Amino acid sequence: MDTVQLTIDKKPVVVKKGITILDAAKGMGIHIPTLCHMKLDDLNIENRPGGCRICVVEVNGRRNLAPACCTEVAEGMVVSTHSIRVINARQTVLELILSDHPADCLICVKSGKCELQDMAHHLGIREIHYKGEQSTYREDTSPAIIRDVDKCIMCRRCEMMCNEVQTVGVLSAINRGFQAVVSPAFEMNLDHSVCTYCGQCVAVCPTGALTEVDQTSHVVRALSDPTKTVIVQTAPAVRAALGEEFGMEAGTLVTGKLAAALRNLGFDYVFDTDFAADLTIMEEGTEMLNRLSRFLEGDENVKLPILTSCCPAWVKFFEHQFPQLKDIPSTARSPQQMFGSIAKTYFADKMSIRREDLVVVSIMPCVAKKYECGRDEFKVNGNPDVDYAITTRELAGLIKLANINFNRLPNEDFDLPLGESTGAGVIFGTTGGVIEAAVRTAYELYTKKPLPKLDFHELRGMEGIRQATIDFAGFPLKIGIAHGLGNARRLLERIESGESEFHAIEIMSCPGGCIGGGGQPYHHGNAEILKKRQIAIYQEDGNKKIRKSHENPYIIQLYEEFLGKPMSEKAHHLLHTKYFDRT
Amino acid sequence: MTKIKTLADLLKIKEEVQSKTKLREKSDHPEQLVQVKVGMATCGIASGAKETMKYFIDELEQQAIDALVTQTGCMGYCYAEPTVEVILAGKDPVVFGFVNKEKAEEIIDVYIKRGELVDGVIPLSFRTIDD
Amino acid sequence: MTDYKMNLLICGGTGCKAAESDELKRSFKHWIEEVGMEDEAQVVFTGCFGFCEKGPIVKVLPDNTFYVEVTPSDVEVIVKEHLVKGRPVSRLLYKDPVTKKQISESKSMDFYKKQLRIALRNCGFINPESIHEYIARDGYMALGKCLSEHTPEEVIKEIKDSGLRGRGGGGFPTGLKWEITRESVSDQKYVVCNADEGDPGAFMDRSILEGDPHSVIEAMAICGYCIGADKGLVYIRAEYPLAIERLKIALSHAREYGLLGEDILGTGFNFEIDIRLGAGAFVCGEETALIHSMEGLRGEPTFKPPFPSVSGYLGKPTNVNNVETFANIPVIINKGAGWFNQIGTEKSKGTKVFALAGKINNVGLIEVPMGTTLREVIYDIGGGIKDGKEFKSVQTGGPSGGCLTKEFLDTPIDYDNLIAAGSMMGSGGMIVMDEDDCMVAIARFYLEFTLEESCGKCSPCRIGNKRLHEILEKITNGNGEVVDIERLRLLSSVIKDTSLCGLGQTSPNPVLSTILNFEHEYLAHVTDKKCPSGQCKALLQYDIIEDLCTGCTLCFRNCPVGAITGERRQPHYIDQTLCIKCGVCYDKCKFNAIKLS
Ligand SMILES: Cc1cc2nc3c(=O)[nH]c(=O)nc-3n(C[C@H](O)[C@H](O)[C@H](O)COP(=O)(O)O)c2cc1C
Ligand code: SF4
Ligand code: SF4
Ligand code: SF4
Ligand code: SF4
Ligand code: SF4
Ligand code: SF4
Ligand code: FES
Repeated sequence: MDTVQLTIDKKPVVVKKGITILDAAKGMGIHIPTLCHMKLDDLNIENRPGGCRICVVEVNGRRNLAPACCTEVAEGMVVSTHSIRVINARQTVLELILSDHPADCLICVKSGKCELQDMAHHLGIREIHYKGEQSTYREDTSPAIIRDVDKCIMCRRCEMMCNEVQTVGVLSAINRGFQAVVSPAFEMNLDHSVCTYCGQCVAVCPTGALTEVDQTSHVVRALSDPTKTVIVQTAPAVRAALGEEFGMEAGTLVTGKLAAALRNLGFDYVFDTDFAADLTIMEEGTEMLNRLSRFLEGDENVKLPILTSCCPAWVKFFEHQFPQLKDIPSTARSPQQMFGSIAKTYFADKMSIRREDLVVVSIMPCVAKKYECGRDEFKVNGNPDVDYAITTRELAGLIKLANINFNRLPNEDFDLPLGESTGAGVIFGTTGGVIEAAVRTAYELYTKKPLPKLDFHELRGMEGIRQATIDFAGFPLKIGIAHGLGNARRLLERIESGESEFHAIEIMSCPGGCIGGGGQPYHHGNAEILKKRQIAIYQEDGNKKIRKSHENPYIIQLYEEFLGKPMSEKAHHLLHTKYFDRT
Repeated sequence: MTKIKTLADLLKIKEEVQSKTKLREKSDHPEQLVQVKVGMATCGIASGAKETMKYFIDELEQQAIDALVTQTGCMGYCYAEPTVEVILAGKDPVVFGFVNKEKAEEIIDVYIKRGELVDGVIPLSFRTIDD
Repeated sequence: MTDYKMNLLICGGTGCKAAESDELKRSFKHWIEEVGMEDEAQVVFTGCFGFCEKGPIVKVLPDNTFYVEVTPSDVEVIVKEHLVKGRPVSRLLYKDPVTKKQISESKSMDFYKKQLRIALRNCGFINPESIHEYIARDGYMALGKCLSEHTPEEVIKEIKDSGLRGRGGGGFPTGLKWEITRESVSDQKYVVCNADEGDPGAFMDRSILEGDPHSVIEAMAICGYCIGADKGLVYIRAEYPLAIERLKIALSHAREYGLLGEDILGTGFNFEIDIRLGAGAFVCGEETALIHSMEGLRGEPTFKPPFPSVSGYLGKPTNVNNVETFANIPVIINKGAGWFNQIGTEKSKGTKVFALAGKINNVGLIEVPMGTTLREVIYDIGGGIKDGKEFKSVQTGGPSGGCLTKEFLDTPIDYDNLIAAGSMMGSGGMIVMDEDDCMVAIARFYLEFTLEESCGKCSPCRIGNKRLHEILEKITNGNGEVVDIERLRLLSSVIKDTSLCGLGQTSPNPVLSTILNFEHEYLAHVTDKKCPSGQCKALLQYDIIEDLCTGCTLCFRNCPVGAITGERRQPHYIDQTLCIKCGVCYDKCKFNAIKLS
């Protein structure tokens, strides 16, 4: 391995050739502040426009300062990361950024989690010497995301996410000079664009320029309305991340505390989306087997591979970008919507609550779910199956607002019947989990034999595109997995070009799957956090007594009492959906 | 045009075109062949070089003066656009500045036809690589 | 047909005291008639010789005798001695300032040598739409020689030896750039010609493409041969329709003749050139931004390294050179590196084209050897300051450059000297300012430009330049404070120190150099609230001089905001709080009763 020797802050160091000054310093424990730069290790995600100029350092022999995030180390380089010249430059640059930024910290949703605010604190900014005009833009509200562009600092992280990682291409820099800003083309509204609401832009925005639509006040209002029965479902990935909002180590499972907190907040029933995930497996797994057996029988009309459909951003993505493939994804609704549908029929009937008086709230790691629950096909006479979807972050805010000491809460259980779930439902929260859950059930339904092992390690991991072949009692089932819409696109293109053949494919929009969702506590560019959440999810799965969806007793009961069998007429009506060409 | 296939071909063409231009100068009516080059770069066009050129073409034709009016690039005297270079057979080129219609008329009548210089000559102020 | 044997050319340009020239002409006519030579000698006015220091000037043709500082009283001897007897009047001849020898032939005068046209050699000489005329002037000979007689390494060595440096502003050694691009290993490489020319006031690249497009085509092909590329791209701004048209014609002629395309001159070398139109900002001239723009991306710079020579267009090694740089190449090949590197200074070889503009008599394109002084350019070639005003400053390098004072007039122009003086060569804009120009307003003007043309990618340039501009506006509006000058300095230095690309790294130069050289003007604005050159409207004050005011009410009736009061036949009065300084009253008053201060 080639190395170079250089001196950083008077200390000599030998580092790998080709790395940046930033990384070299980091290795020595020297922190160089950065604002625009963001790198998610192992996910191949890096934003390095070299635009904010906060990371500048002094390199001997150079005329001007060098951005540490972009400058490669070189033999004999002498670097000062905190000289007077550097500190003055950093402070001045930050002052400039702040001089074009609304001083809204007191009322900004990002306050306390804002990288710009932190930076102002870190660099000891006490006065802005260069005041002047501030750029102003129209605020843009969509069903899921608010763009408060006045707070944009042009770090371009969202643009990189939307273009390079998601290949959706909605956000890009427009205008020049002082008016330059990141926006959909022609400053059109997000909801007129092909935005998928994946929320990855929100997940990485260092400031309050991109945030989710806050619906906590609606939830509070519903909770305080005595005429309403308010029930809540919580998605698998929430329990693996919520603790971070309360100072816990990433990867701490807080399932019990989560249930307790929701109950404390006053929800009448505290249910689990994992239950609906099990239900999804029943429907999707059955659909997959049907298609597969018809395919094997030589039916020409059958389309393979089957694609998962539980991620609403992915659904919107293919509706815009691959409408020709809209017959291929499973017609199964997402767990959130299955839950809402069952809650407002089966459960409402059971409890004799009128649909109008039942409010379904979901706690989601996801921003797109806000949009999904508003889709027309998920409403009955204008009344949505899911009334409000709030993010993990919003829930944390609500818990803090209600003065609940989360860390001291006892562990509680979910309510029945819609709170019982299996390990298969839990792993929906990570990339590879949906397909693993489906395999566990499909295998047994197909082979009529019990699985020899439950853990399919070949399906797990953080690789952007993964593939595996599972032996279905002699039949080699070819499985593909993609997370991140860019990877999904590449996988679909491989299929279209005939380069790859699969029977079933899982697609999740967010890097890492829902654990990396746009509504999760901010990772601030630390990919370790995602990995720890993933470990937690598999840990929860391992802890479950029942780990196969078709063995969930309440699922079995639901079919017996209400739905009949998977893919029945009723199931079709309540649990399946159709897709639209949005081009 | 046929393709030039070798360096020797190129040299031949060069000689041809050079002798052609020379020949043109020494043609049947040496005293009458006049070359007029109008500076037709953006700066010239903006100040009316197109009109000037058209005027020269029309006028010289009408008066049956055997002349060759061509365009050329910016001569550098942008302060004096439109500029026109006139080469009378056997004489050094002369550049005139601010050549509008009236001036063009004067150049044709006085310089081209009678060989008398007119006001507004621009002195050449540079060397070329051949000097 | 009168066949004059002699011509007397009298400079009638605005530079020489026009009245005196008139007088001279009359005097000459008179004496010529007196000696009866009116049929033999003709007297004409010419444009400015650009040698106003020594004006008025009289040139006698055909012998090219050059008389300087001619007064009407000298006319008689010139006529009687020179015209009648054919003996030049030696006391009026130009004396070489170094050798002190009298020189009679204008072609051997230093002044005449001050301009040397290499890049512009064919501009204004050949018909740009005729490939024959180009070939007649050695066109494509250099390409032919390179392809058939030299290896790429030899050609690169020749370019290196010539000392040619990039004319696009940076001054990077061209041969070295070619060598680096040659050494980058890749299956595909590109030659890019940068014809974006965004510097306001610069138009040398346009003129070359309009006047001599083949020279650029030929040079690009030579470059392609050297670096191992078979594809060239010309990035030209869409606002240059004529240059585009001429380039297209030239390309098609070159193709028809097989001087572009496959197997050029039977050597097996292939080269094709495409045109890419840019509609971008000034920043699109920056090479990485230019490449992104050609790739269909937003025209904004990216961090270097990697340099285009290593990873450029579509990620392939790309050699980017400026139009003028290319235009020098064929000459270097034809005349040899040794010929070329004789011209210029130690570290800057050859010539540079400048677009002279501003308060100067001979605005236009000039090409001078490196090492020519600013004084020679401004006075000898440019013909001095318009209307006999006082020289104040010269701005070189466009929005990236600085404003230099009288003290720098004798600085030989080259890359390094200009930088040392606090300015830049830039692409060759040169704007001359006189006593009427306000340096604070000039700095503000350049900042305005930068503000429009910055891509906005990096914070110091996006916001910092805006703040600089705001402070300058504040000062020119009369609201400046002394600390503002210090703020300008501090902010400028941080912007230079931290910006991503050359635009931001140099955009504060006009501010810094004007503060450095004209701090008193800044101080006058902020402390006395006065604009010494009377350019900053907000700092003007119109007053009525009571003694001169007849009370005619004309000003009263014309003031658009009703700031003037007064009784008929009584002195009027201007309410300064209402006055918007439109100057109408000043223009209207017939009694010069309104003064401006
Ligand atoms: C803001 C900015 C604008 C530039 N504009 C131009 C331009 O208009 N034309 C040009 O040739 N070079 C321009 N350059 C320089 C190019 O980046 C590049 O250095 C040049 O084209 C290289 O060619 P050369 O080596 O022949 O000069 C610009 C640079 C900067 C930083
Ligand atoms: S985005 Fe950050 S710095 Fe800006 S107002 Fe919000 S919390 Fe404050
Ligand atoms: S939500 Fe996703 S698709 Fe929409 S703008 Fe953000 S990153 Fe792009
Ligand atoms: S919206 Fe946010 S992420 Fe996007 S560029 Fe602006 S500050 Fe950065
Ligand atoms: S992967 Fe999960 S969090 Fe991300 S958009 Fe899809 S459903 Fe939402
Ligand atoms: S210095 Fe200015 S033009 Fe250059 S990258 Fe930064 S913002 Fe863009
Ligand atoms: S300058 Fe204009 S506004 Fe002021 S007093 Fe005169 S006319 Fe009125
Ligand atoms: S962090 Fe390096 S430029 Fe922004």
